[in-house]
Amino acid sequence: MTDFLQLLTQGIALGAVYGLTALGFVVVYKATAVINFAHGELLLLGAYLVYAFHAQAGLPFVAAVPLAMASMAAVGWAIERGVLRRMVGRPTFAVVMITIGLAIVFRQTATAVWGFDDLLLGDPWGASRVALGDLRVSAASVASLAAAGALFTAFLLFFRSSKAGIAMRATAIDQEAALAVGIPVRAVYAWSWMIAGATATVAGVFLAAFPATLHPGLGFVAFRAFPAAILGGLDSPGGAVIGGLLVGVTELLVQGYQPQFAPWLGDNFHVAASYLLMIAVLVARPYGLFGTREVERV
Amino acid sequence: MTRRPEGLRTRYAEELALLGKRADRVWVALLAASYVAAPLVLDDFWLSVLTFTAIAAIGAIGLNLLTGFAGQVSLGHGFFIGMGAYSVGVLGGDLGLPVVVWLPAAGLLGALVGLAIGPFALRLKGLYLAIVTLGLVFVGDHVFRNARLLTGGPQGRAIPSPRLGELNFADLGSALGLPLGREQSFFLFVVPLLALAVLAAKNIARTRTGRAFQAIRDREIAASIVGVDVARYKVGAFVVSSFYASAAGALLGSYLRHVTPDRFDLLLSIQYVAMVIVGGVGSVYGSVFGALFIVLVPRLVEQVSPLIPFVTRTAGASGVTVFTLNQIVFGLLIIVFLVAEPLGLAGIWRRLRLYFRMWPFSY
Repeated sequence: MTDFLQLLTQGIALGAVYGLTALGFVVVYKATAVINFAHGELLLLGAYLVYAFHAQAGLPFVAAVPLAMASMAAVGWAIERGVLRRMVGRPTFAVVMITIGLAIVFRQTATAVWGFDDLLLGDPWGASRVALGDLRVSAASVASLAAAGALFTAFLLFFRSSKAGIAMRATAIDQEAALAVGIPVRAVYAWSWMIAGATATVAGVFLAAFPATLHPGLGFVAFRAFPAAILGGLDSPGGAVIGGLLVGVTELLVQGYQPQFAPWLGDNFHVAASYLLMIAVLVARPYGLFGTREVERV
Repeated sequence: MTRRPEGLRTRYAEELALLGKRADRVWVALLAASYVAAPLVLDDFWLSVLTFTAIAAIGAIGLNLLTGFAGQVSLGHGFFIGMGAYSVGVLGGDLGLPVVVWLPAAGLLGALVGLAIGPFALRLKGLYLAIVTLGLVFVGDHVFRNARLLTGGPQGRAIPSPRLGELNFADLGSALGLPLGREQSFFLFVVPLLALAVLAAKNIARTRTGRAFQAIRDREIAASIVGVDVARYKVGAFVVSSFYASAAGALLGSYLRHVTPDRFDLLLSIQYVAMVIVGGVGSVYGSVFGALFIVLVPRLVEQVSPLIPFVTRTAGASGVTVFTLNQIVFGLLIIVFLVAEPLGLAGIWRRLRLYFRMWPFSY
């Protein structure tokens, strides 16, 4: 039972980070109808920037993270302004391929600058653990849960009540109507990319801090968050959170129990498991658990 | 005789014709002549580039039929390539079947999996479908790594040469008594298969099936209203495309002699999509150009890199390695082509031809 709870809490903490990553997908998708395949690389760059500001330049961690978030927001803005704005009105898949191109360029730039070695982020939690009753949970996972919770809440409040958030929602529903009532749609696109950049940094920091160390493969974690975003429904921020938790918990439970109960499924089955879960959900609900069905017109 | 501008066709027969114009026939004759001449004139480096191109082009044509013609997005093409390669290992290697059996059989196995994936496309749209096919890559990778009996696990397995009785297509020299090495033989073996693939794809594209694909791509609901059986053709597109991919994978495996699961990662799928984009979406010949481009560029970067001062040649080092540079060039190419030249190389070619045809009145 303790084992189960241990796996469950770890799964929830990992799920929170996946949820945060999935949120980045959802924000961009909702405003601009693009799946950002470069999100994993934004996450990677964000984490490396924190490393650069904190471990290399010697800034305190609490200053390095906001600084990196701001820089990544600028990167997001630059992507939107420099590349994607030229792609307005082109087939969605073309835009997706552009983000794949960006992903490759970013990842290689990161390895060119920081190399392939495992780096230590130098985060304040380190390897310390917190006891919760019988459970021993790493401090970083508690912090990630808290930070993810705070960011989700802030994001939902922003989306629900702030003027900018309402403008973003209106743009997501109907771009032309939003333009007609005076919403600066272009600015909304830029905001959504900036939010994606900033949240990616936080997700990157926690990924580098607790399941792994900082290395170029971190960008691939975004591929683990894809099922999360899809499961929840690509245009549902709440769905991203729930999808993230589902994927995180599934992954950890499969990792914990599959070698023991179903060894014939092979090594590292947990990576494939979240995709299988996603495919199963999509067969039943083609737009995810909470996604909106697209209306089709002739 | 007055010249009509390119692309203006006045009769349906012209639209259907494979080799309608004299220029087309001249091109085919030229290509056939260079096919015979190439193994004698070109060195091993260029022959291997062309062999890789021919194999990749077969796969790219398949993806273009699916994505470019039928409009169904797939990031899982690399999985089918891998399936083809491993099925040759099993059919040709473990069971010792000849190439005339394993090549179609590999294609059919791929087509069967395509038949199983196709129905997802009926239920899912656009990006959701793209992500499911992405899932295929991850699930496939897991299977390739773990079905050790068939795939040899992470260390990979040997893939046999294409043989037919005594004839080994990877070593035609000894059979024909000509000075042909492995590169020359494989080139001679693969290129006719590419020609066959192009011909079949052209036939699919210019007939009822191709028009149905394009109708589905352009507006699915409208297509179904005019009587296109959307479900049948969507699944059909998946079946055809995975047949092509799996056959290409079979050839690739046989050419490489040994394959590991790493080879069939997401990047391979992305490379195939890039071939389609760079070549020209919805153009069969474009896929061939695109394949040549995507195969050639990394080789050229490798050749040029010693001249660039900041590039190091050791793998795994920090700083800009040849691999890093290659990847960056590849990523930038995708972006530049999509932003600046959405019609791809086929579009550039068409414009160039138009320019010279209309000269001196080109604009």
